[in-house]
Amino acid sequence: MTDVTPSLDVAGLAFAYPDGHQALFGVDFRVARGERVALLGPNGAGKTTLVLHLNGILTGGTGTVKVAGLPVGRQHMAEIRRRVGIVFQDPDDQLFMPTVREDVAFGPAAAGLKGPELEQRVDRALERVGMAEFKDRPPHHLSFGQRRRVAVATVLAMEPEILVLDEPSSNLDPASRRELADILRSLDVTVLMVTHDLPYALELCPRSLILSEGVIAADGPTGELLSDEALMRAHRLELPFGFDPRSVTMSA
Amino acid sequence: MHVPDGFINAPTSAATGVIAAGAVAVSLRGARREQGGTSLLERSRELGGERTAPLAGLVAAFIFAVQMLNFPVAAGTSGHLLGGALAAILVGPYTGVLCVSVVLLMQGILFADGGLTALGVNITNMAIVTTVVAYALFRGLVKVLPRTRRSVTVASFVAALVSVPAAALAFTLMYAIGGTTDVSIGKVATAMVGVHVLIGIGEAAITALTVGSVIAVRPDLVYGARGLTQKLKLRVNGELVDAPQAEPEPAPVAARTSHRKVWAAGLVASLVLAGFVSFYASADPDGLEKVAADHGIDKKAEDHAVADSPLADYGVKDVDDARLSGGLAGVIGVGVTVVAGSAVFWAVRRRRSDDTSPSNTTDSTDSTSATSTTSV
Amino acid sequence: MGAGHAHKLYRHGHSPVHGLPPHTKLAAVFAFVVVVVSTPREAMWAFGLYAVLLVAVAYVARVPAGFLLRRLLIEVPFVAFAVLMPFVAEGERVDVLGVSLSVNGLWGAWNVLAKGTLGVAASVLLAATTELRELLLGLQRLRLPPLLVQIASFMIRYGDVITDEMRRMRIARESRGFEAKGVRHWGVLAKSAGALFIRSYERGERVHLAMVSRGYAGSMPVIDEVTASRAQWTYALALPCAALVVCLLGWTL
Repeated sequence: MTDVTPSLDVAGLAFAYPDGHQALFGVDFRVARGERVALLGPNGAGKTTLVLHLNGILTGGTGTVKVAGLPVGRQHMAEIRRRVGIVFQDPDDQLFMPTVREDVAFGPAAAGLKGPELEQRVDRALERVGMAEFKDRPPHHLSFGQRRRVAVATVLAMEPEILVLDEPSSNLDPASRRELADILRSLDVTVLMVTHDLPYALELCPRSLILSEGVIAADGPTGELLSDEALMRAHRLELPFGFDPRSVTMSA
Repeated sequence: MHVPDGFINAPTSAATGVIAAGAVAVSLRGARREQGGTSLLERSRELGGERTAPLAGLVAAFIFAVQMLNFPVAAGTSGHLLGGALAAILVGPYTGVLCVSVVLLMQGILFADGGLTALGVNITNMAIVTTVVAYALFRGLVKVLPRTRRSVTVASFVAALVSVPAAALAFTLMYAIGGTTDVSIGKVATAMVGVHVLIGIGEAAITALTVGSVIAVRPDLVYGARGLTQKLKLRVNGELVDAPQAEPEPAPVAARTSHRKVWAAGLVASLVLAGFVSFYASADPDGLEKVAADHGIDKKAEDHAVADSPLADYGVKDVDDARLSGGLAGVIGVGVTVVAGSAVFWAVRRRRSDDTSPSNTTDSTDSTSATSTTSV
Repeated sequence: MGAGHAHKLYRHGHSPVHGLPPHTKLAAVFAFVVVVVSTPREAMWAFGLYAVLLVAVAYVARVPAGFLLRRLLIEVPFVAFAVLMPFVAEGERVDVLGVSLSVNGLWGAWNVLAKGTLGVAASVLLAATTELRELLLGLQRLRLPPLLVQIASFMIRYGDVITDEMRRMRIARESRGFEAKGVRHWGVLAKSAGALFIRSYERGERVHLAMVSRGYAGSMPVIDEVTASRAQWTYALALPCAALVVCLLGWTL
């Protein structure tokens, strides 16, 4: 884990909004290549602010973010945005083109891909999320779960180094939730998953970070963190009723 | 008041098409400046993100949706927003022109609502005249009235109220030049303006209420009141260290330097409007037809397309003279009150701002806003 | 869901008209309407021929007459207006069944009805045979400013989403016993409109973020480019060319 460049390396990241509200107070963590990590935290902990730093949408604070060794900064912005794929919470925001195919093609086309190569990239991304037959449909004709899968495909088409998902399981019914979990598990990319859904984090991510009040409050195996009742209570994290993380066997 | 094909002759349609294209081109530039960045992610702009397309697109979708929102008037009748004034006040005049133009374009192509050859006429009237008149008046009034949220609502009301008959007048002008047929210009003007004053009152009420509700929740999103809310914010949270930093953003500064111009344009527009109306009221209606004939534009006597479709849209029957003059009187009243009121308050404000801080001119200004509304 | 009409306008099919590149169809319809508007109103037979041309296109496109006629209803408001014109116009008057009508007004009514109807019918045929996305590509190909095409495409993409939000807000209002009956309730409706604006604008900001995250830097990447062969142009322009012949005949005869 130490000899290879980590996919994501965040060091001393602090940030305040122009109105004076400070959201991050020195965040440090690393994510190694191929890892799946959950970022847990209560509302207002600064999770979204952190995510927007990962591809340089927010900058101007102190500290550094490196993606596969490349510092996030103005000179490499296009490359950074290709390497960090963010899947936003509302798929309707993410899917802004008239058809699924064009939407998935948007990222690679913006990076300069054309013709059959582009077409191939789109097909592969859609196949990976099992949405190939919906290629020419307008996004608003799909179900919510399907839209979220297409949203993942739009990012996969850019062949990112790291996939960042903001609340991937929100508003999904149990079946779509499981389908998405299967897809995420089948991908061989680094995943950072921002979520409130603790069982989902346990199911998918061997390691978790807890972000609370703008700093990383805990970093360790997901099962252990979730079993630590004092820690959980201190950071306003609650397991669903009757859910016991110790009784779940992990398949990594 | 979507004008279909065949109401306005081909040369005039072409000419308005050129006007519309020019105005849209100017707006495309202006909109980039307007949508520079308003909210928390101001920095995204310098990172190479162009915000105009998604924002204007969403606002266009909003205008399109809100035109379907029915406001019941009484006993089964209802009205709906046209949206030009609302768009101008909420997102700025340039973006407003773009949004309404795109809505009209798509309505013409998809729903056959408004003719394709009449696209220039429709965009000029409904996207350009309404937006520009409304925004100029709005800025003028906001500048003159005390710096409160209520003034913004009042200004929106007046701006929307005048913008609709202004579009009707613009249509009448086009009809005078290129409409032809023997419905006299006087009749068209009076009927159009009369009806649109009524429509304008509805538009004004809805626009003012909507702007009021937005400004209550997200004052930073009301483009037309941006300078105003920033001033207020400073006074309220004076202790914030970052507040002065946020102030000299490029967009508001640009707005401030052009304040005077915009405001002057507002006054001129209302003067012209009022003058136009009274001209129609006083002059012999046939006089204008002569003017049109002298210009030689309607020499194709064969091609007599006929006129006032907008009336048809709103189901107005033959309007007899008494009602016409009533409607006219209303417009003149509004126009004159706005102009007079603006002039007086500009004078008052200037004097006061010379010796005191510009914040408190409440009592006198309130009385004018009252007159301008009661005269409707 | 939402504004269903947005896709009901289009009739799926594989006719030669459906298959034409969108920009050729847009150009053809526009040219056709210009020709129609420039035709002298006295040449009544010319308008009959135009109608025949459109019927022929509808036949080739396999657009059923019922569909076309139903969509023509959009012009009803101005038909009502046209009916008024003989009563209000000036000039020489004739008595028809004891009612005094203006001759010029009758001509005017005919002019508006004929040209307006043909214009609407042509647009309806265009919308019925061309998908939304294709129309946008066509506009792009016809060199409409790219920013304008982008705005239009966002408007179409989010029109349904926003109309749907509006519908949900109405249901929420009605579920709490509110029903808008008159002017007194405008305040509540306007608050909904205001909330809708805020939601739309904020969504615009989020969409922008999503775009920037995928490498958007101000211009849309060209994913599809529509092209037309000479044959396709000839085929599409057959309509306005035929109309032009009719128009010229109308002026000379």
